[in-house]
Amino acid sequence: MENKKSFNITFYLLIIPVLLWLIILIVLPHIDLLISSFQSDSDAGGKVFTLEHYAAFFQSKIYWLTFVNTAAYAIGITILAFIVTFPVAFYLTKVISKKYSSFLALLLLIPLWVGELVTVYGWMIILGDHGVINEFLIYIGLIDKPINMLYTNFSMSIGLLYISMLFMVVPVMSTLESLDDSLIEAASDLGATKWTIFTKIIIPYSMPGITSGGIIVFMLVIGDYVAPDILGGKSSLWFTEQIYNEFLSTFNWGEGAAFGFLLLMISSSIIWLALKLTGQKLEKVGS
Amino acid sequence: MDKILEIKSLTKEFKEFTAVKDVTFDVEEGGFFSILGPSGCGKTTLLRMISGFIEQSKGDILIRGESMNGIPPEKRPVNIVFQSLALFPMMNVRENVAFGLKRQKLKKSEVADRVADMLARVSLQGFENKKVTELSGGQRQRVAIARSLVMKPSILLLDEPLGALDRKLREHMKIELKLLQKELGTTFIYITHDQSEALVMSDKVAVMNKGRFEQIDTPRNLYKNPKTAFVAGFVGESNRLELKSKEGDFITTKDGWKLERPGLDFTPEVLYIRPEAFILSPAQDLTDISKFEVKIKTILFDGSNTKVAAIESTSGAEVLISLPQNARFENLEEGDTVEVGINYDNLKCY
Amino acid sequence: MKKLAISSVAIATLLAGSLYAGNGTLRLITWKGYAPKALVKKFEKETGIKVKVTYSNNEEMIAKLRATRGGGFDLAQPSVDRISFVQKKFHIYHAIDYSKVNTNQITTAMVKAAKKISGVDGKVYSVPYIYGTTGMIVNKKLAPGANDWSDLWNPKYAGKISYRLKRPILIGAAFGMGYNPFALYSDKAAYKKLIEKVTKKLIASKKYVKTYWTSGDTQKAVITSGDVVVESGWDAIGWQVHDKNPNIDFICPKSGALGWIDTFAIPAKSKNIKAAYKWINFILQPKNAAYVTNQSSYMTVSKDAPKYFNDKIKTDFKRSYSQKDIDNIKWYDALPSGFAAIEAKALDKIKAAQ
Repeated sequence: MENKKSFNITFYLLIIPVLLWLIILIVLPHIDLLISSFQSDSDAGGKVFTLEHYAAFFQSKIYWLTFVNTAAYAIGITILAFIVTFPVAFYLTKVISKKYSSFLALLLLIPLWVGELVTVYGWMIILGDHGVINEFLIYIGLIDKPINMLYTNFSMSIGLLYISMLFMVVPVMSTLESLDDSLIEAASDLGATKWTIFTKIIIPYSMPGITSGGIIVFMLVIGDYVAPDILGGKSSLWFTEQIYNEFLSTFNWGEGAAFGFLLLMISSSIIWLALKLTGQKLEKVGS
Repeated sequence: MDKILEIKSLTKEFKEFTAVKDVTFDVEEGGFFSILGPSGCGKTTLLRMISGFIEQSKGDILIRGESMNGIPPEKRPVNIVFQSLALFPMMNVRENVAFGLKRQKLKKSEVADRVADMLARVSLQGFENKKVTELSGGQRQRVAIARSLVMKPSILLLDEPLGALDRKLREHMKIELKLLQKELGTTFIYITHDQSEALVMSDKVAVMNKGRFEQIDTPRNLYKNPKTAFVAGFVGESNRLELKSKEGDFITTKDGWKLERPGLDFTPEVLYIRPEAFILSPAQDLTDISKFEVKIKTILFDGSNTKVAAIESTSGAEVLISLPQNARFENLEEGDTVEVGINYDNLKCY
Repeated sequence: MKKLAISSVAIATLLAGSLYAGNGTLRLITWKGYAPKALVKKFEKETGIKVKVTYSNNEEMIAKLRATRGGGFDLAQPSVDRISFVQKKFHIYHAIDYSKVNTNQITTAMVKAAKKISGVDGKVYSVPYIYGTTGMIVNKKLAPGANDWSDLWNPKYAGKISYRLKRPILIGAAFGMGYNPFALYSDKAAYKKLIEKVTKKLIASKKYVKTYWTSGDTQKAVITSGDVVVESGWDAIGWQVHDKNPNIDFICPKSGALGWIDTFAIPAKSKNIKAAYKWINFILQPKNAAYVTNQSSYMTVSKDAPKYFNDKIKTDFKRSYSQKDIDNIKWYDALPSGFAAIEAKALDKIKAAQ
């Protein structure tokens, strides 16, 4: 009895810092934002309850169009991240020897070390009118006028893909690592073609990794600000820029807060829907 | 009977070493053929060449007289049961067993019939919709075998499939596997490092060592007449004694134990004697037998498998002797001195 | 276990304490280049007050002060036209006590402008510090004729035009179209109409724009790379680029460059107002002010500083500003409240247009 009690005290003492952290740094600011998203200034100078900030999102075409555009790009980039990184993850875990694979996997993380801003500027150097690609193509005579790549939705997507795809590689690699090679051999032994092995064995097996990678990439992309801001074109619409503007340019914090919550809720719903459609469970994905 | 598999001078060289060296053998239709050897002897490499996962450096593999050169695994009429079983964890029992048939684009009803039939044969009715992760070790074993057998392969290759099971289940599965093979009539090629599995189940056993076959024989012959020192030592239990010299009909061990062993036309280096070859208090009229005296050091009681550790009187050489559990030797005690004899034939010299 | 809890509380208190400035510290939120390290050191030596510098821009500065209701910093440096409407609504600044400011060392016209633009209910909320203009940065070799805001929609430079999609372009474009937007600050409806016209213009000419630059760095990058030949830009940035590529330079648009004044303003919860005034008087001393200008190319309001300007600044200034240009500068007036929303909607619309 005595023992159990002292365990409880230890437990609570240990959990207090965690709870404080969660409450002070995460819960309270969100509650504050949530409240201000429902408030507006009354004529008398006080605060009144209102739904106008949320209404503004649905009434103004620019806002929800921006959101739809952002979500569509985020979904597309998530799918692209999967397509681009899966062969890499497969190669690193299943084709080359362990000795090199951990070294190469480390190399993959380099963009994370230098930070998003630097990698984004790196892409400016590569994609510009007088950048590496255009200069090279002109030099070999394939084109005589630079192709406009920078400051377009294309360059924005490349930047977003580049900074987010690592978060797909890592979970996919870890599920693939646990994939017993004999499963692939067994399937082949039972008459499966390479394509069938890929679609019926490897993909379903790595689905938990793909899903958790997908969630991270999707959230990262839909909430990113730097790449759309710098690499995005003159017509690239990104919802976080909208939120930034609400807070910093228009000083309309109520609307900014409302948009923040809409982003959180709608993107969470998209993930929920994706999990439902692929038959995955969040608990499984997390483990 | 027809030969279903012919292996001719098969060799596999890797960068640093040769895994399989010039192996030649045949397997008869409907047989249960085991390849027995210690780990690293090349048996798995041999199996993977037959299944087509790796290509041989030299030699030929013929199945029903047809060369398998250049034919990929999915096109060979063989199926394999992996050591890890390699069941597909995201599928249930039925989907696992139906996987291969679906690849053949058979009619749905035919797939369903064959799967149901196969599951019945391995006594897994009622488990169709279970996840393979929910099954016991023995059940998983049977799913793996069913998944391969449903393909009606000419040959079923089994790569130490019982290795992961606990002892009791392994004993049980040995018998079950043998009965299943008899019932189905499919040719089994079974790889193992466990001599008991090989001896109990097989019609023929090949003992493999360092990439070569040491001997291919029936289990009984393998046990009775091992052709090489390796086989004698690897198959069954033996007392191993190194020899020093040979003078006429007598051989002497390093310990200085002199035994009568006529009929040797070479100078042997090592002597193997099975524990059950010792005859305790042999009848005086027995002939062709080498006799001596041992002192009982200790009795190792293990039911029908009871042995005594004994010391030969003249040399002090230590030997293990089987002790039949009958009334005659019940009173034997530590410290007793007993006369024993061994038939010349059972003194295996190499 | 108890010890752990106590020590974690202690650490938390310590952390909180370090955020809380003592008497000997001045927490300054300012723009890059406005508080050079050498001057900070000199000030610390002379006064014994430690200076903690945080870099920011107008939007972030105001947002931070608003979030803390005027706390966290002892001295801020917003642009003069962004003070009064913020102050009216959020009360985040202290009024300036001009008796504590050494106005003798400041150009009189600038003091007057600051007093007028940042005045609220008879009180003044800023001291001028640095001024400059937003005009155009032009590659004279590749765009020899470009000389006005209207060249930002000149088809001749199609695909090689850039500007920042923020307030100044709406104002600049209005001047380029022949209007005076500042004259409409008293008439919200008319201002809205004008902004709508500007919006239409900028949407129609969007196809000529290469990109919208977003910062001083990207502004520099697009014109130096040659991707852009005409852009809106700041004088100091234009001169920095000119040093590396003499073909590129800052020019005052024919219809007038937009003049801005950055100021000192004291946040409402400043913990060290004394030090704030000390810093203001210190950095506006002619030699110190000249040092800032020589380092950054930003023009100081310090009256006697030009004596200490280096030749480069003098020639840069002469090259870009004729007397006519200076007379023609359109100084930003205080933005009336509610106008920011009109402009933000317009900017959203332009961005969303295809």
